[in-house]
Order: sequence, then structure tokens, then C-alpha cells
Amino acid sequence: MTRGTYNIVLGGEAGQGLVTVGHALAKALVRSGYRIVVTQSYYSRIRGGHNTFAVRIHEHEVQAPTESVDLLVALDRETIVEDRIGLKSDGILLSDAAWDSGETSCLKIPYKELSHPRYSNTVALGVTAYVLGLDLGLLCNLLDEQFKKKPQVADENKEALKNTFDWCSGQSSFPHQKLSPVSNPVKRLMMNGHEAVALGVASAGVKFCSFYPMTPGSSIVMYLMDYVKEMGIVVEQAEDEIAAINMAIGASFMGAPAMVATSGGGFALMEEAVSLAGVSETPIAIFIGQRPGPATGLPTRTEQADLNLALYSGHGEFPRAIFAPGTIEDCFHLARKTFEMAEKYQGPAFLLTDQFIADSYRAIDPFEIESLEPVALPHKVEITGDKYERYAITESGVSPRLLPGETEHLVVGDSHEHTEAGHITEDPQIRKAMVDKRLRKEQGMRKEIIPPEIEGDGNPDLLLLSWGSTKGAASEAAAFLRAKGTRTATIHFAQVWPLDPEQFTHHLDSAKQVISIEGNATGQFAQLIRRETGFHIHRQILRYDGRPFTPEWILRELSA
Amino acid sequence: MVKIEDFGEFEMSWCPGCGNFSILKALKQALTASQIPPHKVLHVSGIGQAAKAPHYMRANMFNGLHGRSLSSATGARMVNTNLHVIVESGDGCIYAEGGNHFLATLRRNVDLTLLVHNNQIYGLTKGQASPTSDEGFATKFQPDGVTAYPFNPVAVAVTMKTGFVARGFSGEIDHLAGLIQEAIRHRGLSMIDILQPCVSFNKVNTFAWYKQRCYKLEQDHDPTDWESALKKALEWGDRIPIGILYRNKQKAPFEERFPVLRKGPLRSQEVDRRTLKEILWRYA
Repeated sequence: MTRGTYNIVLGGEAGQGLVTVGHALAKALVRSGYRIVVTQSYYSRIRGGHNTFAVRIHEHEVQAPTESVDLLVALDRETIVEDRIGLKSDGILLSDAAWDSGETSCLKIPYKELSHPRYSNTVALGVTAYVLGLDLGLLCNLLDEQFKKKPQVADENKEALKNTFDWCSGQSSFPHQKLSPVSNPVKRLMMNGHEAVALGVASAGVKFCSFYPMTPGSSIVMYLMDYVKEMGIVVEQAEDEIAAINMAIGASFMGAPAMVATSGGGFALMEEAVSLAGVSETPIAIFIGQRPGPATGLPTRTEQADLNLALYSGHGEFPRAIFAPGTIEDCFHLARKTFEMAEKYQGPAFLLTDQFIADSYRAIDPFEIESLEPVALPHKVEITGDKYERYAITESGVSPRLLPGETEHLVVGDSHEHTEAGHITEDPQIRKAMVDKRLRKEQGMRKEIIPPEIEGDGNPDLLLLSWGSTKGAASEAAAFLRAKGTRTATIHFAQVWPLDPEQFTHHLDSAKQVISIEGNATGQFAQLIRRETGFHIHRQILRYDGRPFTPEWILRELSA
Repeated sequence: MVKIEDFGEFEMSWCPGCGNFSILKALKQALTASQIPPHKVLHVSGIGQAAKAPHYMRANMFNGLHGRSLSSATGARMVNTNLHVIVESGDGCIYAEGGNHFLATLRRNVDLTLLVHNNQIYGLTKGQASPTSDEGFATKFQPDGVTAYPFNPVAVAVTMKTGFVARGFSGEIDHLAGLIQEAIRHRGLSMIDILQPCVSFNKVNTFAWYKQRCYKLEQDHDPTDWESALKKALEWGDRIPIGILYRNKQKAPFEERFPVLRKGPLRSQEVDRRTLKEILWRYA
């Protein structure tokens, strides 16, 4: 007997190699043709604490984490205490034979007999893989790849794995329900949100990236570092976030597509420079990995509370575009789009991810990366005549942009209000004309807004509204309700600014009840919808305990 | 042939008698003597009276935020190393608001020339103490006198063995122009702290005050001798040395640590989509 789905939680302390095991398991699953959603939960510490790596496995596509656990793999005793509650009544607990756990549905692994303690996590991987019915050869190949430079370590790990499989095959008490095999698995990639963002920015043609480390934003840079040399990208760790963004703006002024990656607290320090990008009309792509605030908040947890921070950041008035990916594919494509909007409209553009999607590995179909053009650079602009003014007033608000040093024309960037030539002025007419020119760029942005994605029944009783990483949980909750006979639809926003009410107000009006689902305490996006459309969302489901939405969580709230 | 007129003449908003005029003149002289045309210069500044300088000289310019000129200049320099980057701002901008960036720039050793107008006071905001104001210096905002000890930028730069550390005086234009020319020629970070009077707000450190104290370092000072350079950098009071305090050609410029920059300006390098495809498949 086999089954099409399994929800696994691996639990242990920081420093036990939990992520290594989880990553290998997830990769083996993807190579075997399964779909996965990984949720990583960890404390803000290097050693100890209680961390989990959860893998929801399905033979078909899944979009969100789920709560009830089929298989709990305890690398420490704390896992049994903390996570036992999520285990289904027929679920399985893998624990250490050396512990006296007193559980009934418990498989006790004699770690000490099977390997040197150094390879305990490989033994845990082996038992888990055996229970699921994964192929030993495939796992061995993974270990060879992982320890390519240390063949001896690979061999020792493989031996531990083989011993574990041998031991497992001799256990009559082992469960028989393996995963249904996927025949002729499609070749997919395994990628988390920030890996996809990093590839997206590389595909957009980023040339300069500066940052100051902050979880979870800096993982974008960490993944990018794997190939900056090959791709000819300069990355610099700045002395602080203020330096990071001002460096990136300087680089961008010279013509390099430039970015910063940070989190809410770090971005708060960057705000003045957002305003500088606005007035100096310098493109800058800003990546914010959201985590719960205020201030230090919950450093390693997830939240969607920095929408207002990004939307209202920087003093003065100037246009901007803000995107929020709901899937790993979105992470890639919207990272590109962030660059496109920044370059095209010569100012700031944002991508708002969060810890959940940043760390969430999924199986994805490969992007057509070779056919995607990098962002258009200013050298395609032609200047006629010998007079060049950097801030020439145009109908679109976008001024032709030359780059310093590439022609004999002088290029000026200025933080003051300035003349078309870029020099300080306090003339009231020029001031007004310049503000209007900059704001006119928003009209162009409005013409290329990504419309919200509508899914499900027409004229629904329930319309679930989401933005960013909440998409998957909302969509699965809606599918569940539809299956139960409730007319349900979802409306998901991948672009949260600017908004075009004409694209979606009629959908809101057509539903009996519109319920917004947001990972914050004040319903920031619902407020924005009301401000832009006058539409008052009927009910809000808000989560701000630092954990990601699950379909079950939404369904419980709906029935409350 | 680059002429001083190429750098233009502008109407300026500085107070008559301000040291800024002389510093700007010295910079134009140095660029002319170095035969660097305006379009090969990137003139970067922050905010303050000194930071208006780029608006009064023909060149490429980026006049960004208060305190952040070194950050923007670093980013700019990394993209196109064909331009000479001159950062010009005041003591408040570089040493107070931008203090962290000043220290980090000394560490990075970016190939740019930093000119700091040091009048020991804030001019644009009308007369507050600056990080270089002497102890006890009284202002309307510090009526009991400055209570913090003054920051010594040249001593800090020498301590960190910065490649080129000099002090100039706006009252010695030709001498200053010579220092700037040398600074531009230096590969790696060069900094000149330039003493200047603020005629409107600093009634203590006047032109005469500096004129009386500043003396030029002569042949007997060996700027490659770190210990004696540090002694000279710490000399402040009745006598203030001007000239090249310290030189060190051993340090590699920041730019050299990035092999990709040898292939020309970053932005004109193609995005290698074939390699990107290979990278994509590493996630399989």
C-alpha cells in the first residue's frame, strides 16, 4: 500500500546538521518527482534552541505548509516535547533508542550501533528515506555531490546510509505505507525564495550589490555569492545600511544595475536614500526580507508588516513600484521586474519577501533563463544636439539618461530641487514643474501594473484576498471550501503598488463577503485597498505570531 | 589641452571672503595641471557649504546626502574606473554625519581623492560646533563651550596607514593645488584635510589665526616614515604643519581586489546568459 502525500517534521538543536539532512531529503524527493513545500523554523541562535525543518510532500502540486504531521523525526528530545502535539494519531515518531520516550507509535533508532555519532544525522536521513521508499542509489549520488571535494567523508556517510537501510529492512515493525512512486519523474529544480530572487537579479543583469547583514534579507546575497565571479557582479559588505544604499545609488548613477538586500530594521536606516533615489532619479532595486518588528522583534520569524514602511519610505513625494512574490516562480520573475521598473522609471522599486518564503524550498520547473533579456540600460538613449540636460522635462516624466564619462556631455545627479541642468534652484515654477515631472512617471508605471490573479468561482460567497507569501495558504483554503460546496474564490496581489482599482474593484463587489488574509496585526493591505478604492473589506484574518499561514489556520479562523 | 576655463565660472552663494573660493580655485588648477578634462572627472559631495562646490565647477557630479558622499563615490568608482573621483565636503559632513564611512573608506583604500573643508564649525546651519572644533569653543548652540574632545582626522588617517594623508590651508592656494595634484596622482585613497576660515560664524579660527600657525613641511620631513608622520599629524596649537604628512604606496587600491573591473566598466559588460543557464541547473 502506498500514499500520495506525507508531511514530515525534522526537529533538533541548532548545530546538529538539521538543515543538511532536510536539504538532502528535500532534494532526493524532488529528484524522485515529488512536489514539496519546506518550512524552516529556527531560533535566533547558533547553538541549541529548538529548530524544525518541515517537508510537505505530495505527488501533485502543493502550495502551502500543512499542520498535521505524519512523520516526526526527533534529533533531540526537545522535538518530542515540542512537536509531538502535531503528530497525527496514526503518525510515526522516529526517536533514539537510547532515550526512554515511552511513546507507542515510536520507532527507536539505535544511532550508536549504526554509525559514529558524527553521522547521526545521516542515519536519520536514511531511516526517513527508507520509510518513504526513496532509492538508496539516488541518496548516495546526492552525498557524492555534496562532498565532492571530500571523497572520504562521502564514503563514510554512504556507509552509514547503507548500514541504516540494511538495519531498516530487518525491522518487521516498520510501517508499510511508502510514498506512491512517480513514474518518469519530470526534471525539476529545487529552490527556495531567496535563491530564486538571487537568480532573478542575476538574470536582470545586476552588476552591483551592497548590503549590511540582517536576517532574513542577507540570504539573497549569500546565494548570489555562489556565482558573482562567473557573472561579473561586484558585491560589497558595507559598514552599515546607510552606506550600503548610498553605495548602490552611486553605482547606479554610473550605469550599473544596482541593488541592496536587507530586512525591515536595516531598511529603516536606508530610508533617506530612497528619497535621494527619488529626487536624483537614480534607479535602485531594494529587496526587503520581512521579519516581525518593531525594532529587533523576532529576528528569525516571518511577518508581512513592512508594506507601509516600503510604501511610505523616504521624505517628500515621488513614485515607486512595490512587488511581493507569492511563489518561488514569482520570486524570480518579480526580482527581474523590480529591476525593470527601477531602470525604466529611474527611481526606487521594491520586492517584499519574508522569512517564510525566503527559506521555503519547492520543486519548480526550470525558468527559460537563456531567453530572458537583462534590463535595458541607458546607453540605448540617443541625445541629439550638443546640449544635454539630465533632468530635461518630458511628457512621460522620464528624462533621457546619459552616463558619466561615456560621452563629453556632463552628467549631473543632485539631491536638491534642481533645474533641468541639475543645479540647485529655489524658483517656485521650476520646483513645481520638477515635482510634476517626477510624479508623471507613475502614470507610466500604472500602465504596466501586474493585475491581481483571480481563481475559483464567479460571484463567490467568499472571496479570500491575499498578497505576497500568503498566496499558497489562501489558495488551498479556498480549494478546500469549494470542495465542501461553498462558492469560494481568491484574489492575489503580486504587485501591491501602484494599484489600479479598475482591474479588481468589480471582483470585490461581486463577492458576498471579502476576507483579507495578511501576516500583520493591522491589515495594512486592506487599509490600502480601502484608501485606493473606498471598498471596505468585510473581514480580516491576521496572523502576527511570527509563523506562516497554513490552510488549516485560515479555515479555523473562518469557522470561528 | 585642458584649460582652467574648461571648468567654468558660476555665480556662487558663498559668503565673501570664504575659504571655499580658494579651495575651488586650487582644485581647478590641480585638474588643469593634471590635464584631466571635465568629462573625465566625477565630483561627489554631501551637504554643507563646501558640498555646493560641484555646482560651481563643470564636471560630472553627484551631490547626494549629508554624510554619504564617500559611500556614493565608492559605488560610482567601482562601476567605472576610468573617471577620476573627487569627493569634496565639509568637516561636519565627512567627520560627523559620515564618520563611519570615513573610517570604512580609509580601510577600503578606494582610489579616490577626498578633500575635506575643515573650518571647525558648521556654516550652512549657522554656527554649531563641528567634530574638529577645539575644546571649549563656544557657539550659540554650545554656549558653555564644546565639551567633547576634537577629532583629529589626519592622525586617524595616518594611524591607519592611509596611502596619502595631507593637510592644506585655503590661504596657500598654489601649495594646496600642488597637494591636490599629488593626491590625484596617488593610486588608492588620498585625503587632504583643508583648513579654512568661516568668516560668518567662526570668530576664533580666523584667516589670521591659521595664517599665523600654518607652516609648510619641508624636505626634512620624510612622509614615508610612519612614526614621524604621526607626530606631525598630532601637532596642533601654536604651530600647525601643512603639506604631505604621510605616504604609503604599499597598499593595493580597493578596485584591484575585483578582477572583473579589469575587463572595463562594469556596466558595459554583457550578461552571460549561457553561464546563467548552467548556474540554474545546479539547482536540479
